[in-house]
Amino acid sequence: MATAFSATLPLHGSSSQENRLLLPPTRLPPPPSSFLGSTRSLPFRRLNHAHAARRSPVVAVQEIVKEKKPTNPLLITKEEGLVLYEDMILGRSFEDMCAQMYYRGKMFGFVHLYNGQEAVSTGFIKLLTKSDSVVSTYRDHVHALSKGVSARAVMSELFGKVTGCCRGQGGSMHMFSKEHNMLGGFAFIGEGIPVATGAAFTSKYKREVLKQDCDDVTVAFFGDGTCNNGQFYECLNMAALYKLPIIFVVENNLWAIGMSHLRSTSDPEIWKKGPAFGMPGVHVDGMDVLKVREVAKEAVIRARRGEGPTLVECETYRFRGHSLADPDELRDAAEKAKYAARDPITALKKYLIENKLAKEGELKTIEKKIDELVEEAVEFADASPQPGRSQLLENVFADPKGFGIGPDGRYRCEDPKFTEGTAQV
Amino acid sequence: MASLLSRFCRKLALPGSAHGSRMTSTTACGSETVKSLNLYSAINQALHIALETDPRSYVFGEDVGFGGVFRCTTGLAERFGKNRVFNTPLCEQGIVGFGIGLAAMGNRAVVEIQVADYIYPAFDQIVNEAAKFRYRSGNQFNCGGLTIRAPYGAVGHGGHYHSQSPEAFFCHVPGIKVVIPRSPREAKGLLLSSIRDPNPVVFFEPKWLYRQAVEEVPEHDYMIPLSQAEIIREGSDITLVGWGAQLTVMEQACLDAEKEGISCELIDLKTLLPWDKETVEASVKKTGRLLISHEAPITGGFGAEISATILERCFLKLEAPVSRVCGLDTPFPLVFEPFYMPTKNKASSSSSLSSPSKTHIF
Repeated sequence: MATAFSATLPLHGSSSQENRLLLPPTRLPPPPSSFLGSTRSLPFRRLNHAHAARRSPVVAVQEIVKEKKPTNPLLITKEEGLVLYEDMILGRSFEDMCAQMYYRGKMFGFVHLYNGQEAVSTGFIKLLTKSDSVVSTYRDHVHALSKGVSARAVMSELFGKVTGCCRGQGGSMHMFSKEHNMLGGFAFIGEGIPVATGAAFTSKYKREVLKQDCDDVTVAFFGDGTCNNGQFYECLNMAALYKLPIIFVVENNLWAIGMSHLRSTSDPEIWKKGPAFGMPGVHVDGMDVLKVREVAKEAVIRARRGEGPTLVECETYRFRGHSLADPDELRDAAEKAKYAARDPITALKKYLIENKLAKEGELKTIEKKIDELVEEAVEFADASPQPGRSQLLENVFADPKGFGIGPDGRYRCEDPKFTEGTAQV
Repeated sequence: MASLLSRFCRKLALPGSAHGSRMTSTTACGSETVKSLNLYSAINQALHIALETDPRSYVFGEDVGFGGVFRCTTGLAERFGKNRVFNTPLCEQGIVGFGIGLAAMGNRAVVEIQVADYIYPAFDQIVNEAAKFRYRSGNQFNCGGLTIRAPYGAVGHGGHYHSQSPEAFFCHVPGIKVVIPRSPREAKGLLLSSIRDPNPVVFFEPKWLYRQAVEEVPEHDYMIPLSQAEIIREGSDITLVGWGAQLTVMEQACLDAEKEGISCELIDLKTLLPWDKETVEASVKKTGRLLISHEAPITGGFGAEISATILERCFLKLEAPVSRVCGLDTPFPLVFEPFYMPTKNKASSSSSLSSPSKTHIF
């Protein structure tokens, strides 16, 4: 039953693939509260290919996607193209620099790199505004960067310095930013999804009950392993029930540390789980930023209009191991090579040049600019101070006196007994 | 540190120094081969033996197929087949619940939770189902065959979610046992006892010691009894109680205290629930002072239970308040780990360990 993924996968070239929107065929009964549900039923669109035929549960994800000729020859303008390119290059350079810094001992802890998956982050987050929220996993550096958190802040956070976005408290897996509405960085898989669901409820509440002009959407990113976790299903149910403006984005890179997605999931086609809960489920080629962007546009518009959640499965791949401590011995070299050939950055570069949207020179300038930005971020992080000891006891509770400040009015860790462990804490 | 650990571990091999230790390997039984192993190899050996001796035992969890992220399950899938050693999807609640079901039907389920910080989704199943199965079915069913293994404790760079010590949460649940080994030899014996114990056991392994601790481990099948604490260092001035990786830190503090003429008695609790009250009580009645140390935050940690019980039993014999040198009451920090941890300096300078002739110096 466990098939080697590379053996069954047909090679697809760079031609575009169809993104299919699968909707449930039945009408939902109107729920009692007018706020928590809509009396409108979901529109029903007939599908004209017979993918509903029964087949073996374990199929290569790509087998089910069909070819389609694009009606509009160019999907992006030059400006948009350059913005996307710059964002993906930033993601890639930053992660490569992270690896260098890790092996030099400048950062520690568990660091999970995003190389290869940049198309998903760029494709979705570049469509969002500053007030839209993003919730991510432990592989969150690039999500934070795409959302607008400065490279300096992220690098400092990785180094554990006080100028980091969380003042050095969280490290790699906990990138938060109130300003950019980046709701983190969750080390625990699936823990972010209910948080994202709550954030989406807030924007819906603001719009419908408080009558504020709010059409913020929330995008929750998570992986294929998370789709076997209970929290995922609980939130799909709640989001569809309350028609929340949320997009669930599955970054299906086929591996959960060492567990192959196909071997640990009864039905590996995750997009199918959307309609089971009453929301559209879409599968998209996650190595192509333009396709991701097209799907993201539809999903975001849907959410902004109040039509409810969408589940988007992006088929993508991580070029490095699970984390920097992972020797990455388990994955087949042929599989890695296949996906390396579909590198999203080279694909976008090729698209821009072939369609005369940009010249090589312009792209090189962008790359150089990003290199300098990342180097400057490292210098900044190096030069930043480490957090003071008093920060250890801050923010455990809301009221610092409730915990962190002693009866003499000073922070407890200023107390000389602190390092000796005899101070009353 | 490694040399200190090997010195510490070698002490245990001497039968005379271990009071109350009933390891069967110390009795002469022909040729006893020992091998120098680290913690994860010892646990691996224990799992091999457990699966060998019981055809209805299973090992499963996340990534156990290729050997596990800490290499504790290497070779099991190849030797016993994918029907008995298999990967599960990422769902702790489901994994433990599934294990309870297997155990209830008479199998031995050895569940691996990848890191103890991830055990909380399964907490409901453990507390509400595993602990109460025998009780509420009137002994018709039980999940004694369930053993949950989880690596716990600080590792130097783990951060919030790869360093926690959740033993206190589980010690509050009647119906399960909580076992924590301190070294490779102990780990193998205790794990085999836990797997074969007719009660559900939560087995926490100090992940810091997986590669660091190396010891001579007998290759045969042996079990170390549960609920028996061991005095690993005899003394007369103060009793120190701890478990797991923290014992190496306390050992250091003992050596430092000896230079000042304080003779320390160090006890490894081994099983936290139900814990060996008699050994600790006898020791405290002898010395008159008690110091408890653990990595978990001090408020509500298991040290509080030990302190309260000893106070009840030995009040008139205590010469000083029971002291606890533990982690701080904060989430486990990333950069601040050295400040958070109960280091040997904190233990040495705690008022209990200062010389009895001096007044409180700090």
